[in-house]
Amino acid sequence: MQYDTIVQALIGGALIGLGAISLMLFNGRIAGISGITAGAMTDRIKGGAWRIAFLAGLVVAPLITSAAQFSLPQSIDLSLTQLVVGGLLVGIGTQLGSGCTSGHGICGLARFSTRSVIATALFMATAALTVAVTRHML
Amino acid sequence: MLKLLTALMSGLLIGAGLTISTMVDPKRVLGFLDILGNWDPTLIFVMGGALLVYMPVYQLYIKKHKTTLLSEPCQIPDNHKADKSLVVGAILFGIGWGLSGICPGPGLANLSGGNEKIFAFVLSMLIGMLAHHWWAKSRAN
Repeated sequence: MQYDTIVQALIGGALIGLGAISLMLFNGRIAGISGITAGAMTDRIKGGAWRIAFLAGLVVAPLITSAAQFSLPQSIDLSLTQLVVGGLLVGIGTQLGSGCTSGHGICGLARFSTRSVIATALFMATAALTVAVTRHML
Repeated sequence: MLKLLTALMSGLLIGAGLTISTMVDPKRVLGFLDILGNWDPTLIFVMGGALLVYMPVYQLYIKKHKTTLLSEPCQIPDNHKADKSLVVGAILFGIGWGLSGICPGPGLANLSGGNEKIFAFVLSMLIGMLAHHWWAKSRAN
């Protein structure tokens, strides 16, 4: 692995951490992207507009970073079936399990939450197993 | 209004971080998950970088004060025991993540690229979320 790649990963990661902790420091919320997305669709209670603002930032950010040559992937080399089935399972699984890579994997681990440690270990292991099966066994 | 701006800033920082760290590319994520293949450890450094920022601020400030810098209470989930839905949910999410190489953040961050495969992923994910919401609601009644 190249030194540049590691530095770029660490800097990108630090920005993710900074965005996540500032949502806690200013809005008092866990930066769980699956929970925020579902909440934006289902929670009609007043005071939920922060979710829309947060999601807007997430969607717009790559348009800004592309000015510095950090861009989105040009093509997705996966079948439509993988993406549709994958998307459905990601949607259901993150709701049932109360979190994804951001809520459990970053915020939860940093809070030393036992639930998040268990969830992160489980989704990492099953994801690796799924890749092992689809790439090396089928 | 201030809190809308801070939420927007958080989203911008996370989206920028995902793009700069190349985690918006499912190829990189699948490379990390492919432990039997040509393993790509990048994701470890991304998570490490995020934890290095979040952990000390949370442990040293938020845990003690339990309020925001604007002196309002923080909404922190209870650290109760893992239950069946956490386990089943994490497993289903893991299978979906392993199939697609995309989790919710990178899925949404990819929307402006205009790729129809990303639209298919995000639409399916939103349908999955709503399906769970309706199922949970009908069970509660």
